[in-house]
Amino acid sequence: MIRVQREPFDVAAETAALLAGRTDIGAMVSFQGVVRAGEDGDRVSAMTLEHYPGMTERALERIEAEASARWPLQASLIIHRVGRLAPGDPIVLVVTCARHRQAAFDACAFLIDWLKTEAPFWKLEETASGERWVEARATDAAAAQRWQTDGG
Amino acid sequence: MRILYFAWLRHRVGRASEELETLPEGVRTVRELAAWLATRSPGFREAWESDGVIQIAVNHEHVTDDVPLDSSDEVAFFPPVTGG
Repeated sequence: MIRVQREPFDVAAETAALLAGRTDIGAMVSFQGVVRAGEDGDRVSAMTLEHYPGMTERALERIEAEASARWPLQASLIIHRVGRLAPGDPIVLVVTCARHRQAAFDACAFLIDWLKTEAPFWKLEETASGERWVEARATDAAAAQRWQTDGG
Repeated sequence: MRILYFAWLRHRVGRASEELETLPEGVRTVRELAAWLATRSPGFREAWESDGVIQIAVNHEHVTDDVPLDSSDEVAFFPPVTGG
């Protein structure tokens, strides 16, 4: 399941909903991405996330389907927020459920690595010296690249 | 045809979207559309000419600039994505 939303998410409620009525799940891994203020002197006071309605949801669904094809997942969830967020606010939640922990860990890492490079989101940071668009990072591309060769 | 711009490209072009009733004369591919848009927008031209920076989607699918276009397509131009 995937969602793009402006509202905050409730991790306890989301994970409880995934487990409700299930007795086949032995491992649940969750990841939250959080807005970071950055370094002293160049601190981010707010971050606005923009997406491409329609394409973004389709990309997230495709990435989730790819994870389910590579690992034996019982359930998964991606929630990505958009709009203006402050340092300390959660941006993204990825949850993976499997019978055993290794699949859940690996699939969760794969999902977050892939959505950083494949899902259409853009970030505008506000700092004391003005606004700036966050550039794509080579380290994120490298993190996603590793799944091309050793995934699942 | 609906054309969309995102993130800093939207700022440089000065609009989020525009509509074309028909394909401009001589435009058959994304590359040709981009060349036509570049004649109308210096901000678009500068971004497009930075090799490999601008990504393209046609009807919500990532594509390369040689794909053919139809007047009913939705075409989006955007910088590299930064989710997560």
